[in-house]
Amino acid sequence: MIVADRKPIEEIIEQVKGLRSVLVLGCNECVTVCEAGGKKEVGVLASALRMYFLQQGREVNVGERTLERQCDTEYLEEIRDSIDHYEAVVSLACGVGIQFTAERYPSKAVYPGVNTSFMGATLERGVWAERCQGCGNCILATTGAVCPVARCAKRLFNGPCGGSTDGKCEISKDVACAWQLIVDRLKTLGRMEDYENLCPIKDWSTDRAGGPRKVIREDLRS
Amino acid sequence: MSPKTPSKLEKILRAGHLAVTSECGPPRGSDASHIVHKAELIKQHVDAINITDNQTSVCRMSSLAACIRLKLMGLEPVLQMVVRDRNRIALQSDILGAASFDIHNLLCLSGDHQRFGDCAQGQNVFDLDSMQLLQTARRMRDEGKFLGGDPIQRPPAMFVGAAANPFADPFEIRVPRLAKKVAAGAEFIQTQCIYNLDKFEKWMEILRGRGLHEQVFILAGVTPFKSAGMARYMKTKVPGMDVPDDVIKRMAGTPKDKQAEEGITICVETIQRLKEVKGVAGFHVMAIEWEERVPEIVERAGLHPRPPA
Repeated sequence: MIVADRKPIEEIIEQVKGLRSVLVLGCNECVTVCEAGGKKEVGVLASALRMYFLQQGREVNVGERTLERQCDTEYLEEIRDSIDHYEAVVSLACGVGIQFTAERYPSKAVYPGVNTSFMGATLERGVWAERCQGCGNCILATTGAVCPVARCAKRLFNGPCGGSTDGKCEISKDVACAWQLIVDRLKTLGRMEDYENLCPIKDWSTDRAGGPRKVIREDLRS
Repeated sequence: MSPKTPSKLEKILRAGHLAVTSECGPPRGSDASHIVHKAELIKQHVDAINITDNQTSVCRMSSLAACIRLKLMGLEPVLQMVVRDRNRIALQSDILGAASFDIHNLLCLSGDHQRFGDCAQGQNVFDLDSMQLLQTARRMRDEGKFLGGDPIQRPPAMFVGAAANPFADPFEIRVPRLAKKVAAGAEFIQTQCIYNLDKFEKWMEILRGRGLHEQVFILAGVTPFKSAGMARYMKTKVPGMDVPDDVIKRMAGTPKDKQAEEGITICVETIQRLKEVKGVAGFHVMAIEWEERVPEIVERAGLHPRPPA
């Protein structure tokens, strides 16, 4: 999933303090799972904003809504009738949802309510970790299903570097060395001979480096 | 095998002499007299001088510019290049720039992560990794081609090397990793500082078992301790460093005013022991901000005078 983290309330207030009305818009997908932008967090943020405006002696209409997804137009259409009640939106979706909401409602200011962090998984409640950077050309088949792009601080394709110590990365004792994990996996799978294959120079054109990306499936287009 | 490049370092190694290299860090400013002075201190005692490339991710004068300074003094620089800060366009471009000054040695490195330096908030590049930089440099030299396939007019004539850390983890892939670097095109290796001699000798033994000592020149890395504090710092703070407790004890057990001498003596003893290890082709003496002691180390270790190129 896309993992996001809550923005400091002070930063959100700074964005919306001059408004007369604002819709706090949640998303029922990834940000709900990582407890940053679902219905519960919408309620918490809306209450905090109401409290703030009350303390300021200002009457501000703070609405709450959570859509199934903010990255699909059909769900975003659900607020078409009510959006005009609000001057602006604070979206608690990931960066995709925030932008897509703004694209659907060009006359509305849309502010981010979360910091979109990475594509990752839940390690335990309250702990999420990165697993994929969407480089567009998956090499997990050769690395025992451990990604050096997402998990090596130097994204080395022929690691580990000289900084790997006791299974940890040189940047922090709290970060596992991706290449230690890769070697451990290759050993488990009985494929250590694969370690000596030189990984060729990466074509980064499918990555962010190639510019904004699109996937076009002609077979699915109507 | 006859040398493939005009590199003096390559000539000395191929002639079967134990080579001696050292390294200098460029200044944190634009005054070139700093690097010229350091080189003056050691030039009679080493065959080539590595110039580090923004080591520990702290901004300094560029390695290439400092190498040119050495070249203008008639010395033999080893251009260190990390893949942290430059993409494949800049790396190839700088290789050509170095070649235009007849810089004949290149050391291909990953580079420390930027979080250790003065620009921890910076982006890193890692377009290529160190092995892929080796491949790139060899392709440029041997095939006379850019990565993109176009021909290079006057290809770079560089003796190409890499680093190896026999002490990083996991140990079992340390020799396979060296084999990968050799396969990628490394012709010489400069190792991480060696304090755990038993482990280094074990690494050499495994390496010899695969015949790698006949395919690549191994220069054993040594760094003298200035003090017991430095020894402890290297052990606990420097990633991938293996300083055994008995070495720490020996330094700590020496009176403070004699610790520097003891550090030099340990370094000399290390070289003397490693000279006997089959497959060790030379020494890389990294006296960190202590270049003035390199001549003494080289002399006491019996590596002086240096052979003519």
